[in-house]
Amino acid sequence: MKAGDRVRCSPGREGTEGVFIAERDGIAVVKLKSGYNIGVPASDIEFISSGEEMMMQPPSVTQNPDLPLFSIISTGGTIASRVDYRTGAVTSQSTAEEIIRAVPRLATLGRYRTRQPFITLSENIQPSMWMDLARSVYEEITNGARGIIVTHGTDTMAYSASALSFMLKNPVPVIFVGSQRSADRPSSDNVMNTLCSVAAADSDLGEVAVCMHATQSDDICAIHRATRVRKMHTSRRDAFQSIGIPPIATVSYPDLQVTPGPDAIRRASDEPSLADRLEERCSLISFHPGMSPAILEGYRGCRGVVITGTGLGHTSTELIGGIRELIEDGTTVIMTTQCLQGRVCDRVYDTGRDLMAAGVIGGEDMLPEIALVKLMWVLGQTDDQEEIKRMMQANLKGEINRRSVHGL
Amino acid sequence: MDYEALGLRAGIEIHQQLNTEEKLFCRCPTTLRNIEERNGEIQRYLRATVSEMGTIDRAAEEEMKQMRFFRYYTYDSTCLIEDDDEPPAPMNPEALRITLTIAKLLSMTPIRQVHTMRKMVIDGSNTTGFQRTALIAVEGAVGENCQIESICLEEEAAQRVTDATFSLDRLGIPLVEITTAPCMHTPEEVRDVAAYIGMILRSTGRVKRGLGTIRQDVNISIRDGARIEIKGVQELDLIPEVVSREVQRQVHLLAIRDELNDRGATVPEDGIDITDLFQATKSSILKKAQCIMGATLTGFAGMVGREIQPDRRLGSEMSDYAKKCGVGGIFHTDELPAYGVTEDEVATLRERCQAGPEDCVVIVSGSPDQASCAIRLVLKRARMACEGIPEETRKMLPEGSSAYMRPLPGAARMYPETDILPLEITSEMIDTIVLPELLSEKARRYADEFGIDEAVARQIAFSERFTLFEEAVSTGIKPSLVARTLFGTLRELSRDGVDCGGIPDSEILDLLKRVEDGSVAKEAMPDILRARAGGADLEGAVASVGPLFSVADLEEIVWRIVREREAFIRERGDAALGPVMGVVMKEVRGRIDGQIVADVLKRSIQKIL
Repeated sequence: MKAGDRVRCSPGREGTEGVFIAERDGIAVVKLKSGYNIGVPASDIEFISSGEEMMMQPPSVTQNPDLPLFSIISTGGTIASRVDYRTGAVTSQSTAEEIIRAVPRLATLGRYRTRQPFITLSENIQPSMWMDLARSVYEEITNGARGIIVTHGTDTMAYSASALSFMLKNPVPVIFVGSQRSADRPSSDNVMNTLCSVAAADSDLGEVAVCMHATQSDDICAIHRATRVRKMHTSRRDAFQSIGIPPIATVSYPDLQVTPGPDAIRRASDEPSLADRLEERCSLISFHPGMSPAILEGYRGCRGVVITGTGLGHTSTELIGGIRELIEDGTTVIMTTQCLQGRVCDRVYDTGRDLMAAGVIGGEDMLPEIALVKLMWVLGQTDDQEEIKRMMQANLKGEINRRSVHGL
Repeated sequence: MDYEALGLRAGIEIHQQLNTEEKLFCRCPTTLRNIEERNGEIQRYLRATVSEMGTIDRAAEEEMKQMRFFRYYTYDSTCLIEDDDEPPAPMNPEALRITLTIAKLLSMTPIRQVHTMRKMVIDGSNTTGFQRTALIAVEGAVGENCQIESICLEEEAAQRVTDATFSLDRLGIPLVEITTAPCMHTPEEVRDVAAYIGMILRSTGRVKRGLGTIRQDVNISIRDGARIEIKGVQELDLIPEVVSREVQRQVHLLAIRDELNDRGATVPEDGIDITDLFQATKSSILKKAQCIMGATLTGFAGMVGREIQPDRRLGSEMSDYAKKCGVGGIFHTDELPAYGVTEDEVATLRERCQAGPEDCVVIVSGSPDQASCAIRLVLKRARMACEGIPEETRKMLPEGSSAYMRPLPGAARMYPETDILPLEITSEMIDTIVLPELLSEKARRYADEFGIDEAVARQIAFSERFTLFEEAVSTGIKPSLVARTLFGTLRELSRDGVDCGGIPDSEILDLLKRVEDGSVAKEAMPDILRARAGGADLEGAVASVGPLFSVADLEEIVWRIVREREAFIRERGDAALGPVMGVVMKEVRGRIDGQIVADVLKRSIQKIL
């Protein structure tokens, strides 16, 4: 039997008809006429007739040639999806027609080119995919898109966005967008996030950024700088937060007014260029009380390691010997803090001074994950130890603040 | 009305809130709050999502005619799950067990593996845009002639505060939905079945009681009519009225249909703009309207204004449809001139719309978008009138008539809730359920066992405090005392405006024990309960009535009073008992048994005489 076939089943004494959906472990799932699914022993269902193939004639979509051209790059983030009421399966959509059909208002904002360098759940993203993504974005910029929208799963969106930020010089906005609630829900945040991301891509911005709900309400989206953004909640709509700086812009909804902040990088500030090499052999270690120095052995093959230390940037004294050995073997070690907020400062306490003496590079106020992505990129650009240190401690893309501003 | 001849078929859906510790898909308490206690607000938009077939469910689409914005009040007793900002927790096993108990009481067959579904609801009452619901059991029986089709366990919706504002405290309270077959054939039968199911539900002792905790939806059709669902009938006694009025409505609508067809009535495709006609009108509504649209319903004269239910005309139905577009209502020539529209204006209107005496002109006003949307829906409803009765979900109006809400939803609005894993119902789960005694059996038993009057026994069994009654009686307190306190004293107090609802059963039990062992006089109960309801704690309430008199104390007081009135007593003899009793009671009321007072007083008076 296959999904959609008509079957007879008897959950009670009397038989009833339904549509077969699936079978697992001897239990058949049947959708009753009322719309309810039930699980009944597979042996209790009886085939009646084959399901009809649902041929859908989707309404055609026309794009207005007078509107600005945007490029939507789908990576598997579900910008628009449709639900099969028979099976409950949610299908992701990624052609321009499909996306416009799901969010009709998009057609009033622009015309769209779409491409899909790869499709994956964001937890399965690999650094090599960032290179593909960066090349796709670069091509779209040089092909004249007014702005780029990258749809992406939320789990690793900040990693991918910051990777592109380091790899690209871009005169137009490159806006990452996703949704915390799946697009098949009437309450999904995807419609508002998508519309706001297009408004941001149309605006006077010129950097890589993340566009998501600023609050739990459908009122404002925040545009976060790719190198200062972090997913700070597992499920809330406003999970993404700028850390250490305010969002670079806001977009109001439903009127889609974009208000850039004073420090936003504006459109056309840069000529487009691409530096897409990454050193993937890098890792992130979170120090904790009781961590065995033996763990460091596992990182011997790494060209770069970012440690999230405690407080101002510490590990236990016990680990310092192992860290020194890693560095002597040619691994670059960057110190960040698991406090997330604030700047590391290894000059204050003995432990910090010992770590510095061992060759650990202070990561300033960089977020740990951003430091990791940056390290991959820096190690992809140069082998020179001094240059690596200089670049890691320099503010390249807004990832480092020279001062920790009061009130943030 | 001869319901059999009309082919009346009726079924009911009963929605009952369960009294669980936690909600169905989150760990929040199931308590309702005052909106003043809210601690925040979130704002959201909902939209209809497209099905695989590329269609939007008709009920959902109807709701989306007006793109609406919703506000939700949050509380310290609600969480991110009600906000739709966290995935749902697994189904509450306590709620499932109560549901299975009800299913077993109704001899139903449980579903082997339960799948939670999402039923699309975009009227704002669910933050997610859907209601989580699961079919738990099928095929049961009520009485001899009526079958139960299904029992579902679902989430209660958020409570509407104003038009587009909802309070999240109620969202997620477990709700069982029991659906009967369309097996009832008279209005009274519907009420009786509803009453019986309600009794079964309350027999579990695990359902919420009080206003709004149980709601009946009634499904009604007559031969050649249509299935109509009337939502939210809260009082059982109104059910027969609702059924009979719906039958009336369908009978009248069928008669209107026949007459329209005889006349060859027709409905135009669209309305025409007649805004200019009413620029100098005295009707304040039309005068300030940005846009007025009109349409001629050929052959409809007299039909639009014909009454189909007390206070409801075919025009009211059209008006309900038009209101979906945000207009206030409609005007039609069956009721004009009126509302400030003059006879001359009606004549001009008829002329412009080329309407003859056989025709009816309908007009709507609002913004251009609203008016053109509204006139099209009016015309849609007019076309339906020529065909018969549209299948609809309707809401009950206070007197038992009903108004259109939305089309009957289709199965297309259900899809699986993938955040909740399927749940096996094992035969062991069913076998270990001990069935509660039905309230009807309980009433019979009380009467037999405790020798209480049958009516009182029934009152006790069906009341919210029956568990307290049983507990009190089992600790050895006299049934008559418990019954009098719970169903006499408490009721009298509530009639006096004293709300004893907040006094926990445990405290009432404590008081009863004290009366039983003689440390509190039963006469003191009303005053103590009154003080307790007024905010005192139990000890304080007892103390406020004053310490109990011993018989020795009493004798002393009585002797004093009798001596003071010696002359009066000698004069009146035994007849003095009544007046003097009053004086004594003034001093000792509530602090010693009245019977003892009477005895002591009698003896003292005899001493004097």
